[in-house]
Amino acid sequence: MIKAEGLHKSYGDHIALHHLDLEVKAGSIFGLLGPNGAGKTSFIRIINQITAPDSGQLFFQGEKLSASHIKKIGYLPEERGLYPKMKVGEQLLYLAQLKEVEKSQAKERILKWLKDFQLMDWKDKNVEELSKGMAQKVQFIATLLHQPELLILDEPFTGFDPRNTEIIKKEIRRLGEMGTTIIFSTHRMESVEEICDSIVLINKGKKVLEGPLRDIKQQFRSGNYDLILEENEISTWPAGIEILSQTSLQGKLHLKLKLEPENKQSLLQFLSTKNLHLFQEEEAKLHDIFIQTTAEE
Amino acid sequence: MKKIGLIIKREFSTRVRKKSFILLTLLGPILMAAVMFLPAYLASLPTDDRVITVLDESLLLDFEKGKDEIRLRYLPPDKFDFASAQAFSEAQGDYAFMHIPLSEGGDPDFVARNVRLFRAGDISISVESYLENTLEKYLQKEKLKAAGVDPEIIARTKTKINLRVINTDEGLETENATLIKMGIGYVAAFAIYIFIFLYGSQVMRGVIEEKTSRVIEIMVSSVRPFEMMSGKIIGIGLVAMLQFTVWIGLGSIFYVIAVTLFIDPQLAANNLPNAATHISLPDDGLLSIYSSLQSIDFFGIIASFLFYFIFGYLLYAALFAAVGSAVDKESDSQQFMLPISLPLILGLLVIIRALDNPDGDIAFWFSMIPLTSPLVMMARLPFGVAPWELILSMLILLISFVLLTWFASKIYRIGILMYGKKPTFIELLRWARYKNQ
Repeated sequence: MIKAEGLHKSYGDHIALHHLDLEVKAGSIFGLLGPNGAGKTSFIRIINQITAPDSGQLFFQGEKLSASHIKKIGYLPEERGLYPKMKVGEQLLYLAQLKEVEKSQAKERILKWLKDFQLMDWKDKNVEELSKGMAQKVQFIATLLHQPELLILDEPFTGFDPRNTEIIKKEIRRLGEMGTTIIFSTHRMESVEEICDSIVLINKGKKVLEGPLRDIKQQFRSGNYDLILEENEISTWPAGIEILSQTSLQGKLHLKLKLEPENKQSLLQFLSTKNLHLFQEEEAKLHDIFIQTTAEE
Repeated sequence: MKKIGLIIKREFSTRVRKKSFILLTLLGPILMAAVMFLPAYLASLPTDDRVITVLDESLLLDFEKGKDEIRLRYLPPDKFDFASAQAFSEAQGDYAFMHIPLSEGGDPDFVARNVRLFRAGDISISVESYLENTLEKYLQKEKLKAAGVDPEIIARTKTKINLRVINTDEGLETENATLIKMGIGYVAAFAIYIFIFLYGSQVMRGVIEEKTSRVIEIMVSSVRPFEMMSGKIIGIGLVAMLQFTVWIGLGSIFYVIAVTLFIDPQLAANNLPNAATHISLPDDGLLSIYSSLQSIDFFGIIASFLFYFIFGYLLYAALFAAVGSAVDKESDSQQFMLPISLPLILGLLVIIRALDNPDGDIAFWFSMIPLTSPLVMMARLPFGVAPWELILSMLILLISFVLLTWFASKIYRIGILMYGKKPTFIELLRWARYKNQ
C-alpha cells in the first residue's frame, strides 16, 4: 500500500527522517511507533502531502505519490479541531466535499454515521457546543466519510473516555476486516498489542525495529517462565535453571525461572511427575521492547 | 479549482450570515455619516454663556453686546471704580472682568497698552481672541476718526472676491472644482485604506482561528495551502465587495433623494436669471458642487477605483495571511503588522500632499510604488492623470501582487503548521526557502 524508499527530511539542522525505508502492506493494521520527536508526524505529513521529503520516494499502491491519492487517504491528526462556529452537519459536508465526495452521497453517509454514533440530535448545533468526546467522534466521522483506502490515525484515543475508546476500537477493527489499510501511530503500547498486525519502531528519524507483531515478540523472548506448584514438592532443581524469584501463596509456590532453550525439554520431563498448576513462558511486552530499543539507540 | 470554490463559499457564507455583518452593512453609512458630522455638530452646539464684566472708562467699546456665548456686561464708570467693579464681577460669578482705563488725552495706544483682563484661573482661547479682535476693531475706528476718516467709507470700500477659475483642459468654469476633486480623491483613497485594514485583518484573524482551533491540519490533508489561502482571501474579498456595493447603493439612494429634494428646484430657479443676464454666477454652495461634479470623469474614476480596490486588497490580504500563519494568537501579530501597516499609513500621509499637488514628484512616485499606489493614485485621479502613468501604476501593482502573493504563500504553508515560539523575521525568510511539494 505504502512504500517509502530512502525518505529524508530535515528542518534546518534538525533531521526528522533519516533515509527511511518502510513498507505498509495493503489491508494491514500497521503500528507506527516511536518516542516523541522520532519523526512519526513528519512521515505522516509526507504521506498526506502536507510536506514533501528532501529526498527519497514514496509509493502509494505502487504509484508515485501524487495529488490524485489525497482522496483515498483519511487522516485523523493528533492535534485536531474543527471550525467552532460551524454546524456539525455543515462541517462534515464541507470536509467530505473537500475530499471530492458528491454532495448527495456525502449527506447520506453523514446521516448514517451520526446515527451510528448517536449524534443525530447535534447535527444542527455548532461544534463549540459539543463536549470534547463528541467533537472527537465528529472528527473521526470526518476522517471516514470519503471511505479512504488508507486510514492514518495519530493517537486516535486521546480525549475519549473508556466507553468511547471501545466504540472507536471496534470501528477500527471493523474497518480493518473490510480491507482498509490502517496506519496507527501511538504511544499507548497496550492498544497496539490489541489492534496491530505489524509494527515499525522509529527513533530519531531511523527505523529500529520492523515486522509482524508476533515475530517481534518472538525476537524479544526473555527466556523467563512462570510456574505454580504445590508447596514442598521440589527440594533440588535440575542443572541449567536459574530461579529468579519465588513466593508462597495459599499453599502454592509461585516461581519465576530463567531457562536456556535447550534445557526446556528436560525441565518439562522433570516437572511431569510433579503436581503442576501452571507453566507459562513470560510474553515479551511491547512496552518493554519499546523502552529497551529506544534506550539503546 | 473546485476545492477553492468550496473554500470561497464557506468563507463567504459564514461571514455574510453573521448578525454583526448584516448590522454593520446596513448601519455603516449612517454610522459613518455620524462619525463625520458629529464633531461638527457638537462644535456648533451653544456652549454655556460666558459673561464678562466690563468697566469701560474710555467708552471705547460703544456698548458692544458680545456674541452668542460671550456676553459683555457694562458697569457705569460714574458709579463704579476699578476695585468695586472687580468685586461686583466676582460677586456675580461672572466669567472674567475686563478693565479699559480712561485714556490720557484720548490716545488709543495708551488704552491698548493698559487694557487688562482678570479671571480666577485660565482664560479660554476663544474668549481671549474674541476680546482682542473686538478691541482692535474699536481702536482702529478711534484712530481712523482721529485721522479724519469716516469709518463708513472704509466699510463701503470692502470687496469680496470669488475668483473664477477656468480649467483650460476641461473648458468649463469649474467653480470650487478643486475642492470637490480633493474631496473625491480623499474619500476614494480613504475607503481603500479602511477596506484593506478592515478585511485584511479579517483574513489574518481567520488564519489564526484555523491555527488555534487546530482545524488546519485536517484542512491541509485535503487541500493545498495555496488553495486555502487564496480561497480565504477571495471569499473575504467578496464579502468586502458585497458590503461596499450595499454602501454605494445606499449612498446613491441618499444622493438621489438629496438631489431631487434640494438641488434640482434651486437649479431650475437659478437658471432663468442666469441665462438672461450672464452677470452673476450662482454662489450657492450646493448648486456649484452639483455643476462641478459634472466636469469629473466618474466612469474612469470608478473603474480605476475598482481596480485599485481589488488588487490593493489582494496584495495586502496575502501579507496579512502570511502574518496570521506565523503566529499562534492575535496578540503576537503586532510585530509583523508593522511592515504592513507602515506603507498604508505612509500612503495616507502622502495623499494629503498629493491632493495639494497631484502632479508633484512625491505624488508621482508614491502612486507607482505598489504598496502605496492604491491610495495615492486614487487621490490623484480626480485631477486627471496621464494614461501612461495610470497604466504603468496598474501594471506595477499587478506584477507585485503576483510576486508578493507567491512569497506570502511560501511563508503561509510553513507557518500554519508551526506552533510555539514566535518566529523572527529571519526565520520567516528561511521558511520561504523551504522545499515543498
